[in-house]
Amino acid sequence: MAYDKFTVLRSTAVPMPNENVDTDQIIPARFLKATERKGFGDNLFRDWRYNNDNTPKADFVLNDPTYSGKILVGGKNFGSGSSREHAAWAIYDYGFRCVVSSFFADIFQNNSINVGILPVRVSPEFLEKIFSAIEADPKTELEVNLPTQTITLLATGESETFAINEYKKDNLINGYDDIDYLLSMKTEIEAFAETRPF
Amino acid sequence: MSTPQTLFDKVWDAHVIRQVKDGPDVLFIDRHFIHEVTSPVAFLGLEGRGAPVLFSGRTFATADHNTPTLNQHLPVADPMSANQLAALERNANHYGISHWGLGHVKNGIVHVVGPENGITLPGMTIVCGDSHTSTHGAFGAIAFGIGTSEVEMVLATQCIMQPKPKKMRITVNGIVGKAVLPKDVILYIISQTSASGATGYFVEYAGEVFENMSMEGRMTVCNMTIEMGARGGMIAPDQTTLDYLKGRELSPKGEQWDKLVPYWQTLKTDEGATFDLDLTFDAADIEPQITYGTNPGLGTGVTHQIPMADAVKDGSASYKKSLQYMGFAENETMIGKPVDFVFLGSCTNGRIEDFRAFASIVKGRQKADNITAWLVPGSHIVEKQIKDEGILDILTQAGFELRQPGCSACLAMNEDKVPAGKYAVSTSNRNFEGRQGPGARTLLASPLVAAAAAVTGVVSDPRVLMDSE
Repeated sequence: MAYDKFTVLRSTAVPMPNENVDTDQIIPARFLKATERKGFGDNLFRDWRYNNDNTPKADFVLNDPTYSGKILVGGKNFGSGSSREHAAWAIYDYGFRCVVSSFFADIFQNNSINVGILPVRVSPEFLEKIFSAIEADPKTELEVNLPTQTITLLATGESETFAINEYKKDNLINGYDDIDYLLSMKTEIEAFAETRPF
Repeated sequence: MSTPQTLFDKVWDAHVIRQVKDGPDVLFIDRHFIHEVTSPVAFLGLEGRGAPVLFSGRTFATADHNTPTLNQHLPVADPMSANQLAALERNANHYGISHWGLGHVKNGIVHVVGPENGITLPGMTIVCGDSHTSTHGAFGAIAFGIGTSEVEMVLATQCIMQPKPKKMRITVNGIVGKAVLPKDVILYIISQTSASGATGYFVEYAGEVFENMSMEGRMTVCNMTIEMGARGGMIAPDQTTLDYLKGRELSPKGEQWDKLVPYWQTLKTDEGATFDLDLTFDAADIEPQITYGTNPGLGTGVTHQIPMADAVKDGSASYKKSLQYMGFAENETMIGKPVDFVFLGSCTNGRIEDFRAFASIVKGRQKADNITAWLVPGSHIVEKQIKDEGILDILTQAGFELRQPGCSACLAMNEDKVPAGKYAVSTSNRNFEGRQGPGARTLLASPLVAAAAAVTGVVSDPRVLMDSE
């Protein structure tokens, strides 16, 4: 599925300092029953965001008008647990394009890039700086620059570089996906399959 | 002499078609499992591209995640679940993919039916849109969970693009104590490494404990490897593996089997091969485990107290939030904690050995009145074994009912939901907030600990019950 190209994102950010935010919290299993990819943003963090009677929980960050933006800043080990790509879809569909954390779960990180969300891994110290900056001023802006692989706190100019392999970086910048790449090497794949013993 | 290699390197390297410069490896996938929840959007994507399924014979479909565990002969009541099941059947038929849908004699949980039918073999790469695909690593395969974009990728190209993970070896030597099951071994390891301690790694298990373990036990261990953040876990194939595989419905036969055995025997870590991280544990330190928090790393011996916040690896704030959700406090004893539900089943513990273990405790006893028990076999084949071995009679006499196969209360996508605030001792794999139903509180444990809770009505040490027999 096509996604918007990613180059430079300048935005306020939504802080979620909890550690080990798992994909069951991002999108509970009972919302995985769709056969199409649409509307998942409505159920993003469903059980943290809404009471049983579907009224919003006022103390949850997504219901607090103080915070907004296209960047979600999460605590350590963000996206652990289930492989459900629906978690990444929900984050994208809600309007986030970038998730920042000091540590991502592997499958979530892959899924994010595959749907057009940039996972930015920063040091624990820089993550604390970001949380402090947002706490001091919820309107503070971050700049995530994919071509130069840097994330900057615009108020102070403090920045850090982040890692991403060149191939995935090109994909995000150009809006390509892995399937486009793999389909171009179909003959090679078919020849390889012939050599497999099972 | 060539460089010593790990088991993981041998299998991974044999599947690399191309190494992308500054990018991931293009990895050929031998087997692909699909189910009703994470495949429909992948097929939509395929249609959108106008791409066919490249090798339909390498993909196997089974319905499991949202299937009911009662009255499977009736139409599925939940229209959205029914819609997903119908989509799986329609897509499988359209593309010529083998489909073991609801009611099929071989239907069951994907990670139970793959191995029990001989679809999973040593040396394979295996993926599925489900994180517990790591289960199949028990056979010396590289098996891991993928997202829906990757499901589409494998359908269209039989490949995925992955950077090679780092390698970790976890060695457990010694002999495990009384009532310590494979589930306890893996829960113990996760409690020591934390829920994120193996992120970025692929784990190989080594040592006497795993050498002496049955294939079903190895599956339990590899299944939960994902719960410490690892991409997957694997165990070198040995005689136990071959004995398990020989004669299974889709296992290689005759000449093909004879040709594969010598290859499979090469699938082990060479002397002198190195790992990025080597961890060693002693089997004598492991007692029957139980979790008290909201990630699988928050577990301890069943006779222990809940640790103080400053003694855990997770941040103190997250830890306290976790205990608050569970309705527990630091330093409380786990023995005697109230239990409302017991769930025996899932891709972690839904196999015949798990039912045998559960039955060994409940035999001659009665289900406690305060307990609602859901006993859910992992497949129809397991269900048949339960009946053939007389285990169903033991369960029935003790006041239990057997349900029909599926993922059930492990993730509560069907009707099997634990109500808010209630406690479930569960043989499944995740104790996340709301995992077994909104507000549900999960205590992960082995089939023996689950059985002990089921007959006493509270968290109990199965060893005490075994001693009183």
